[in-house]
Amino acid sequence: MNEALITTIIVLLAATLRVSTPLLFAALGETLSERAGILNLGIEGTMFLGAMVGFVTAYWSGSLWLGVAGAVLAGILAGLLMGLLTVTLGVDQHVSGIGVTLLTGGLALYLFRLLFGAQRVPPQIDPFPQLSLGNALGPLTPLFEQYSLTYLGLLLVPLLWWLLNRTNFGLNVRAVGENPEAADVAGVNVFRTRLVALALGGGLMALGGAFLSLAQLGAFTFGIIAGRGWVAIALVIFGNWSPWKVLAGALLFGGFQALQLRLQAAGFQLPYQALLALPYLVTIAALALAGRNANYPAALLKPYRREA
Amino acid sequence: MLRLERWEAPAWVKVIIPLAAVVVTLILVAGLVLLSGAGLAETYYFFFLKPLSSRTSLIEVLVKSTPLLLTGAGVAFAFYAGYWNIGAEGQLYAGAVAAAWLGVVLKGLPAVAVIPLILVGAAVAGGLWALPPAWLKTRLGVDEVVTTLLLNSVMIFFVSALLNGPWRDPVTSWPQSPTLLETAQFPRILARSRLHLGFLVALAALAFFWWITARTSFGLKMRAVGQGKEAARFMGVHVDAVVFKVALISGAIAGLAGAGEVAGIHYHLIEAISPGYGYSGIVVATLGSLHPLGVGLAGAFIGLIATGSQTASRALSVPTYLGDVIQAALLLTTLAMLLLRRYRIRWGRMAESS
Repeated sequence: MNEALITTIIVLLAATLRVSTPLLFAALGETLSERAGILNLGIEGTMFLGAMVGFVTAYWSGSLWLGVAGAVLAGILAGLLMGLLTVTLGVDQHVSGIGVTLLTGGLALYLFRLLFGAQRVPPQIDPFPQLSLGNALGPLTPLFEQYSLTYLGLLLVPLLWWLLNRTNFGLNVRAVGENPEAADVAGVNVFRTRLVALALGGGLMALGGAFLSLAQLGAFTFGIIAGRGWVAIALVIFGNWSPWKVLAGALLFGGFQALQLRLQAAGFQLPYQALLALPYLVTIAALALAGRNANYPAALLKPYRREA
Repeated sequence: MLRLERWEAPAWVKVIIPLAAVVVTLILVAGLVLLSGAGLAETYYFFFLKPLSSRTSLIEVLVKSTPLLLTGAGVAFAFYAGYWNIGAEGQLYAGAVAAAWLGVVLKGLPAVAVIPLILVGAAVAGGLWALPPAWLKTRLGVDEVVTTLLLNSVMIFFVSALLNGPWRDPVTSWPQSPTLLETAQFPRILARSRLHLGFLVALAALAFFWWITARTSFGLKMRAVGQGKEAARFMGVHVDAVVFKVALISGAIAGLAGAGEVAGIHYHLIEAISPGYGYSGIVVATLGSLHPLGVGLAGAFIGLIATGSQTASRALSVPTYLGDVIQAALLLTTLAMLLLRRYRIRWGRMAESS
């Protein structure tokens, strides 16, 4: 077995982790929201806003971690806006979500243009560095030379699993996502639980966006999210609303993309759009196979109103 | 304290809600306008009044409204029957692909034959792209929100693959399809303007929407399904059949929007043929209260915002994205205020629950 092949595979796996990171953050955020019964289609715009706020905060403060904090805060606010509409007011989730995406997307573009004007070359920052390990782990080294945010994302998978399955809050989230009436009778504050889930979920989505501007690119461009929010929606369904399976889906898709980029760089002419469309088609096929038995949180898309 | 009370709003409240939503939105957005350093009154003047002040810009409002009226009508048609078609964007692109193809291959035919074929072809393509979610919904019970949404991205990737592959313009090698035959280009309906046949098609779509919902038994069934599937089923309505037809018609109307942009404006298929008209259609449908006349007015209004954002940008250097913000804020405000149709706000003590 030749070493070149092994190196190639390891580099490919390392790239897979990188490509998967923003999807992972966003899909985990969406998982939390949906488990609480809210389909948050504001995800695409929330990621975009996170990328913008993260970049601008880092640009002005000189601190990348402040950028991360700013992005998360913006995402929490976007999640709360979604909550105000769908939880407090009980408005249709899908239309609200599209509205939140349009609003946060428009806001990000508007504010960025106000701050930086129309520039031919977008302003740049020094992005997060990838971990540098010298040659500590032999041929495996590149695999572990990731952004610290990637490690954070991987850490969030067991954390979210634990939160959902082993804590009181998680029990409440699942209860209000499956049967809010029963949860309410049992003394769970349906509205507050859903709002908190949406806020935390929004923060994670924005963090996914900020990964792109603060780590991968070191800049904010108008095409920076490019439908990754919709991919995350697909990954959550594909991953059956479970953090571990969502991670598996994100890695699978990230792997395809990393492979495609590699082949393209090597000069292969590929209809790469087919690969990009793959997660959507696979998800639709998965939905078709599951049919009425799809494991949607039972209360998804249903507003909860307490009738006096 | 403030409290909500269930009621059935009288008709005038329903009419006034969208207008009130506009006012509330303009108040909410005021802070953002001031951030740009431009004055509030002049910005709103350039947004909402200046475009109406000359023939050229007034017609431009109608040009911008054309795709919005069609996606708005398509979305409203589906929403009216409780089918949440979020896929108008993809259906628009499907119609655009059909128009770009037919407009090149139908050589040797006169315009009176080519143009109707393009319209039919775009409608069929839009309907076909709406077919998988409709089929999954009615046969397998798969929720349509996610499937229609995801197919948008699939179609946009398909268009990108076409334009960077087999359809790349052989002359310029830009990622755009070859120029449409002259016989395929929609005629202008006003001299010295870009206003094209698509505008009349949009009006026809709205008339069709009105006729179906107000004058046919199918419209009654749509209404029943939209108000509650269980009750409709109980009344003997074949719910799945209604939903299926509605989904396809909705997609077909959105597909026509794509034909208008290709054959009426660009004469090519390009990747950026729609800056999100499908999603704006959701704004138009909601603001228009899913009523044909309302959708017509809302489409014109969003067209006005789109034109006004450019006018204001030229005159005051307010970024055009302000138009996107106003549009989105308007959608959310309308959504929230639509609650006033079912609840009214009273000032007083909590009623004793009985």
